[in-house]
Amino acid sequence: MSSGLIFEKSSKGRRGISIPKLDVPDINPLDVIPHDVLRADIEGFPEVSELDAVRHFVNLSQMNFGVDTGFYPLGSCTMKYNPKVNEDMARLSGFSKAHPYQAPELSQGALQLMYELEGFLSEISGMDAVTLQPAAGAHGELCGMLMISAYVKAKGKPRKKVIIPDTAHGTNPASSNLAGFTVVTIKEGKGIISPEAVASVMDEDTAALMLTNPNTIGLFETNIKEIADIVHKKGGFVYCDGANLNALMGIAKLGDMGVDVIQFNLHKTFSTPHGGGGPGSGPVGVKKILEPFLPVPRIIKRGKRFNLGFNCPMSIGRLKAFYGNFGIMVRAYSYIRAMGPDGLKKASEMAVLNANYIMEKLKKAYHLPFDQTCMHECVLSDKVQSEKDVYTLDIAKRLMDYGFHPPTIYFPLVVPGAIMIEPTETESKETIDRFIAAMMTIANEARESPDIVKNAPQTTKIGRLDEVNAVKKPVLRWKP
Amino acid sequence: MSYIPHTDNDIKEMLGVIGIKAVHDLFNAIPPDIRLKTPLNLPNELPEQELVREITNISRKNGNIEDYISFIGAGAYNHYVPSIVHHIILRSEFYTAYTPYQPEISQGTLQAIFEYQTLICQLTGMDVTNASMYDGASASAEAVLMAQRINSRPECLLSSALHPEYREVVKTYLGIRRDSIKEIPFCTETGATPVEAVERYIDKDTACVVIQYPNFFGSIEDLSAISEIVHKNGSVFIVVITEPISLGLLKPPGAFDADIVVGEGQAFGSALNLGGPYLGFFATKEGFLRNMPGRLVGETIDKDGKRGYILTLATREQHIRREKATSNICTNEGLCALTAAIYLTALGKTGIVNLAKINLCKMHYLRQRLKELKNVKPAFSSPVFNECVINLNEDGDTVIKSLLKQGILGGISLKRFYPQLNSHILLCATEMNTKEDIDMLIEELKELKNE
Ligand SMILES: Cc1ncc(COP(=O)(O)O)c(C=O)c1O
Repeated sequence: MSSGLIFEKSSKGRRGISIPKLDVPDINPLDVIPHDVLRADIEGFPEVSELDAVRHFVNLSQMNFGVDTGFYPLGSCTMKYNPKVNEDMARLSGFSKAHPYQAPELSQGALQLMYELEGFLSEISGMDAVTLQPAAGAHGELCGMLMISAYVKAKGKPRKKVIIPDTAHGTNPASSNLAGFTVVTIKEGKGIISPEAVASVMDEDTAALMLTNPNTIGLFETNIKEIADIVHKKGGFVYCDGANLNALMGIAKLGDMGVDVIQFNLHKTFSTPHGGGGPGSGPVGVKKILEPFLPVPRIIKRGKRFNLGFNCPMSIGRLKAFYGNFGIMVRAYSYIRAMGPDGLKKASEMAVLNANYIMEKLKKAYHLPFDQTCMHECVLSDKVQSEKDVYTLDIAKRLMDYGFHPPTIYFPLVVPGAIMIEPTETESKETIDRFIAAMMTIANEARESPDIVKNAPQTTKIGRLDEVNAVKKPVLRWKP
Repeated sequence: MSYIPHTDNDIKEMLGVIGIKAVHDLFNAIPPDIRLKTPLNLPNELPEQELVREITNISRKNGNIEDYISFIGAGAYNHYVPSIVHHIILRSEFYTAYTPYQPEISQGTLQAIFEYQTLICQLTGMDVTNASMYDGASASAEAVLMAQRINSRPECLLSSALHPEYREVVKTYLGIRRDSIKEIPFCTETGATPVEAVERYIDKDTACVVIQYPNFFGSIEDLSAISEIVHKNGSVFIVVITEPISLGLLKPPGAFDADIVVGEGQAFGSALNLGGPYLGFFATKEGFLRNMPGRLVGETIDKDGKRGYILTLATREQHIRREKATSNICTNEGLCALTAAIYLTALGKTGIVNLAKINLCKMHYLRQRLKELKNVKPAFSSPVFNECVINLNEDGDTVIKSLLKQGILGGISLKRFYPQLNSHILLCATEMNTKEDIDMLIEELKELKNE
C-alpha cells in the first residue's frame, strides 16, 4: 500500500471523471473575459484516473481510527456511536438538495424540523428559547458571549470582565476574548468551584461567569445555584458551556440551576459524527431576558406555517450565511426522536455508570486526583507511572498497540499529566473490560519493563512523529 | 431504539464494583431540589422503521432542486457531485473520527487535510491554507479580525457588492466595534466596485479592504487596480470567493497580490443542505502565517525517518494561548474539506478548467437569449462568470413567484438586500442547467411580459 501524496501519483494528461458535453454554443473565454483576468494554468493540480483517486482515499481511510473502528474514549469529545439511520435521513433529497434561498413555502418541512428541534433542546435544558444557527460549540460560545455583551451595552453600562475557572475548556476564554471581554481566571483547588471564590472576584464590572457543568474534571458543580445567585445579585449572567450535557439529559436541567445561556454541542450529546474535525453544530439556549438578542433569522410558526423571522431589532445579527449546519440538525433530530425521553435519560445514566466503573477499576493502578463519584468522564494522572519515567503520552501511545484510541491527554490543564476518559453510553461492559485490562497491563509494563511503553506505538503504520521539526520548519503544503 | 448495550445483569455487576445500590446514587452530587422529578416532555421513542417513515414525510414537505429547474446561486451552488465523493465520505473511518490529536492512528484525516491545504493554495495562488472554517461568511469575518491584528488599524472597508449576509456576519463578529465598518457603494452601471471609490474611502485608519471575486452580482472585479491602491495605503487586501469553480478560468487572487483569500467551498462537492454544513476556506501569505486562525496540518518525519503528518503551530491556538489565541475555532468543517479534496482530485487539472468553461458558456448562452426580450436586460456591464443580474422593469418578487408556478426557481429577488434593486433578480447557470432549461426560462419570461 502506498501512502504517497495524490500529487505524486499524478501523470500528465490522465483524467478522472468525465465532464458533460456542451449543449449550448461554445465560446472563447477571451471574448467575454478580459485576458488579464484569465489564468494560464493551475500549477501542480493532480491528474489521476478515477480508480487512482478511489484507491488513494480508501487507503487513507484505512489509516484512520473512528468510532466505527474501535473504542474512542476521548474525554470531553463524547465520541458515542453515530446511528446509521441518521446519515440516511440527512441525505433525503428533500433535505440535502434544498437550496437555502428557495421560497419558504418550499421549505416547510425543514423549518418544521428546526422549529421542533429548538423545542426539544429547550425542554432538555430548561431554557426558554434556542437558536440553531452556530456551526460548532465554540461558535455557540461566541454567540452567547456576544449576546451578553449586547445586553450590557443596551443597559448603558458596558461591563468588561468575564470570570472563568482555570478548569475551563480553552475555547471559553478565547470566545470571551473574541466577544471583547477581559478574562479573569479563578483557581480551582478542590475540583469544583466554591461560592467564596466567585464572590471574591464578582463585581459590578463583571458581565458573566462562564463555567462548564459537569465540569472538565468530570465533576458536577454542586454549588451551582448558590454561585448563580452571587453572580445574579451583582447583575451578571451565568453562561454554562453545555458540551458535557451527555451526563444530565432527563436528570437535571441547567435552566433550573440559575444558568442564563448555554451552548449545546449536537456533535457530542446528540450523536452526530465529528467528521475528522467537523462539521458540528452548536445551538444556543437562553432565558427570556436574553431572547431579544438571539441571532437572526429566527424560526417562526404562525398557524400551521413556518417562516424565517428577521424583525429583531435587538439581535446581535447573523453568525453564519444562510441558517446553520442544517444537515447536522437533521441527524440530531432523528436521534432525539429515536431515543425518546426515557432513552435520553438512560443514555445519561449509562454514560455515567460506564465512567464510574472505569474510574473505580483504574484507580487501583493510576493516580486519581479527585476521588469522588464522577459524571460521564473521569480524570486520572500519570503520577504513579512517572516515577519510572513513563508519562501520560507514553501510556496513550501504548494504548494504540492494544487497539484503542487514547483518551484525551494533558487536559484539563489543572491536573498535571491528565488522562481524561469518556467511555459514553454506547460502549458495552465487555469493551470497557477489555480497555480496563489494557490499562492495567500498561501499568504493569510501566513498572516492570518501562521501555516497551516508552517506545510505543509499535504496531501502527507510522511511529511517533517529530513535532518540534514540524513547528521549526513548517511544511504546510506539497510543492513539486 | 436506544443504542445502549447494557443488560440488567451488566448494570447490576457494574454497580456492585462501584459499591452502590442503584443507578440514581451516581447522581448524588446533584442537589435534590434541582433533580428532575418527571420525565422530559418529548415525543416517545420510535423504532427505526417508524422513524424513517416520519422523517421522510417531513422531508417531502420540502421542495428541492430535483423537483424544480433552479437558477439560484447567491453563495450556494448547484453543481454535479460525482459518485466517488459520496462513496468516500461515507467511509466511516473518516466520518466517525475526530480532530486528529493522535497522529499515529489518524494519518488518513491528516494526509487528506494536507492535500486539501495544497489544493486550495494551488487554486488561490496563496502560500498557506488552514484546515477549514465554518463557512465563507465566518471566514470573511475572521479575515477582517486577522487584518486588524496585523496592522492594528481600526477601520474596515467592505465592498457593497460583497454577499450581504457575509457583510452581516462581519458586523456581528466585530460586535460593539461594528461602527468601524464602512461600505464602498458598487457602481450601478458596471455592477463592480469602482476603483476610484476605493481610493476615495481608504485612509491611514483602514485595516483592510474586502472585495468579492466574482462579486455578489456575478461581476468580475478589477483586482489588479484595487490591490495597488490598497497596498499603497498599507492596508490588508482581502479577497472573498463564493463560487470557487470560477478559479478554473480566472486568475487566482494570489496573482493580484491578495494578502488573505477566503471563501465558500460548498461548490466543491458538498450538497446544498439548505445552507449547511458548508466549507470556509482560508488562505494567506507565508509572512502572515502566525496571525492566521484555525488548525494546520504539517509534514514531518517519525522516529524512523518515515514521512507523516501532524497538527502543528498549535501555539497560536486556544488550547495553549487561551485568551490570547488567534481565534476560538476548534471543531471546524473537516469532512467538507475532505469532500473538497476528493472532488478536486476527481476533476483534476483539465476537469476543473473544462467545468469552469461549461459554466461560463451556459451563462453566456442565457445572456445571449435575454437579448430577445424587450423589457428584460442584463443590469450591469461588467464581465461575468456564471451569475448575472437582470433588470425586469417589474417587481422582482412577483416575477419569482410566477416562475415558481411554472416549476422554475428563477434566481433570487435582490429587493430584500438592495431596496433600490427592486426590479432586479440574480440568476445563476451551472453545468446542471441544460439548454432546454435555459430556453424554458426565456420562454416563461417572454410569457410574463405578454401578460
Ligand atoms: C467542554 C467543551 N467546550 C467547548 C468545546 C468546543 O466545541 P467545538 O469544538 O464544537 O467548537 C468543546 C469541544 O471541543 C468542549 O469539550
